[in-house]
Amino acid sequence: MSALLGWGFVAAMAALPLVMPDPYLLAVLTSAGIFIIGAISLNLLLGYTGQLSLGHAAFFGLGAYASALTSLGFDIGIGFGHRLRLEPQPVAVGFLAAILVSGCFGWLLGRLAFRIRGAYFVIITICFAQVLRMVALNWVELTQGPMALVGIPPFALWLPGRGVVELYAKNQTYWLVLGVAVLAFLVVRQIVHSRIGRALVALRENETLARSVGIRVTHYLVIATVVSAAIAGAAGSLFAHYVRIVDPDVFLFIYTVTMVIMVITGGKGTLWGPVVGGLIFGPLPDMLRGSAPPEAQWIAYGLAMILLVMFLPRGIVPAVAGWLPARRAAAPLPAPAPSPVQGGAG
Amino acid sequence: MQQALQHLVNGTILGGTYALLGIGLTLIFGVMRVVNFTHGELYAFGAYMAYGLVALLRLDFYLSLLLATLLGTALGAAIELLLLRPLRRADIDSVMLAMIGAALVLQNANMWAWGGVAKLVPSPFAGTPLVFGPVSVMPLRLFVLGISCALLVGFWLLLERTRAGIAMRATFQDAETASLMGVRVGWVSTATFAIGSGLAAAAGALLGPVFMVSPTMGDLVGLKAFAIVILGGLGNLPGAVIGGFALGYVEEFGGGFLSTEYRDAFGFLLIILVLAVRPQGLVALKERVG
Repeated sequence: MSALLGWGFVAAMAALPLVMPDPYLLAVLTSAGIFIIGAISLNLLLGYTGQLSLGHAAFFGLGAYASALTSLGFDIGIGFGHRLRLEPQPVAVGFLAAILVSGCFGWLLGRLAFRIRGAYFVIITICFAQVLRMVALNWVELTQGPMALVGIPPFALWLPGRGVVELYAKNQTYWLVLGVAVLAFLVVRQIVHSRIGRALVALRENETLARSVGIRVTHYLVIATVVSAAIAGAAGSLFAHYVRIVDPDVFLFIYTVTMVIMVITGGKGTLWGPVVGGLIFGPLPDMLRGSAPPEAQWIAYGLAMILLVMFLPRGIVPAVAGWLPARRAAAPLPAPAPSPVQGGAG
Repeated sequence: MQQALQHLVNGTILGGTYALLGIGLTLIFGVMRVVNFTHGELYAFGAYMAYGLVALLRLDFYLSLLLATLLGTALGAAIELLLLRPLRRADIDSVMLAMIGAALVLQNANMWAWGGVAKLVPSPFAGTPLVFGPVSVMPLRLFVLGISCALLVGFWLLLERTRAGIAMRATFQDAETASLMGVRVGWVSTATFAIGSGLAAAAGALLGPVFMVSPTMGDLVGLKAFAIVILGGLGNLPGAVIGGFALGYVEEFGGGFLSTEYRDAFGFLLIILVLAVRPQGLVALKERVG
């Protein structure tokens, strides 16, 4: 998709609250936007490194907890009679803390997990999210456990002439999420089009070959994980201050699945894939809410996933790009072909 | 010491059903190279079928367990024929995604059909424990252990002593060569997936009367099955049995002596530890996957 078209899309989305100030629509799009940011970050791992990371909710949840706890403050015992205290901080500090904490855990998981590939990697990432969920459930002193963290302050921004403004209004949060989404998109695009991105694609396509020409595989994989985790943490922070309640369920596999579906529907390994997939699956839960029980929604998600893998394995964006031969020159990077690295069976 | 003995007994009983779960999953991976995310859901399916047959249809308890296992086997065969067979040529990641989709469908179908409230399968066993010196054990749990061991031995005999077992092991070792030798790999795959699913359903039906049956229990159980299989190395059959008992003991002793709240987390911490230190599994000699 050309840059002009992209910026046109962003401008249209930015103008939407002015044209249609319907709070319901904006709320739906805001929560969809938060998950689109998560999907954009997941795409870096799933699409460009070819690693099926199924613990992405871990980074999302870490970001949510880090941001909420920083802005609420905490006071916990750390053993031997010492206590760790933090006074409530401004929300912007919480946002940065979310990025930092998630990034650090991304580094940890990256170092740990990229010694292994294929099925083992998938399972270690799922377990990572599960362990964090158990910690969030049981470390009641810090996280309030299943009682959840409540009363999280809304986002606050410093605006010229008006000082620090708390963003309660739907359209303000909407613009904030849109802004972060655009930033996340640009960061990922920058990485993909840089030396790092080319290294990632090289090792996705053929790891042995990439290694043989001197690409430091683990090094680049860890960079990609850290960036991906940090962006997911930012999305988690937005989620925490938008919903204003965080419970251990943010680590549920379901959230990872939501992001995975967005990425593969739109097209993994394409910059616009997560956005397109997110605009389809993001508002779906809200649209179905009135007419069907939540189980029906998840059944629909599951069936969609199966049908996509069977009939549109590369996703919508590459398929559409293929139908428009004139645009082919501007088409995104080709979707990953089943390669020995990914296939990973032998 | 007495407490330790009691934990040992409990761990053994838990380990037996874990071994059933693990062996099905590892067999499916070994023969078909499929990471089966529906395994935990088949466990839940088995447990719900047992509940439905015993509590709602008022069938005989033992007959219900058998029927639940057979229904699980049939569901496994259906998944293989409808989903995995068309995806035979797809890469391992695509198949994983499709299996996650299938797991979502199964889990939410359970939720829809049975509601969110946990159920207990009624059993004909007495509620008073049998006491053997320092340890006491519920008769129901002894029955569970006995059936698990019988199923494990039966499965071993099937693999070692029958033609179907030989075909399965041949496919396990080298699918291409096996097909050259006249093994119909497609049907071996269907049989493998069906048997593996049947074992998972049997484990669910057996534990249904012991623990509560709830629609989301498949998630945790599925991950535990992965933990078991990874402990023993993916695709390693004796490893899965050892891994099953190992996880049973780790949970039981960890829950008893360290922390009850983190009982379920021990397994996952163990996987992360094992994968970080010995990615090929504790007992396996095979190279890592991928």
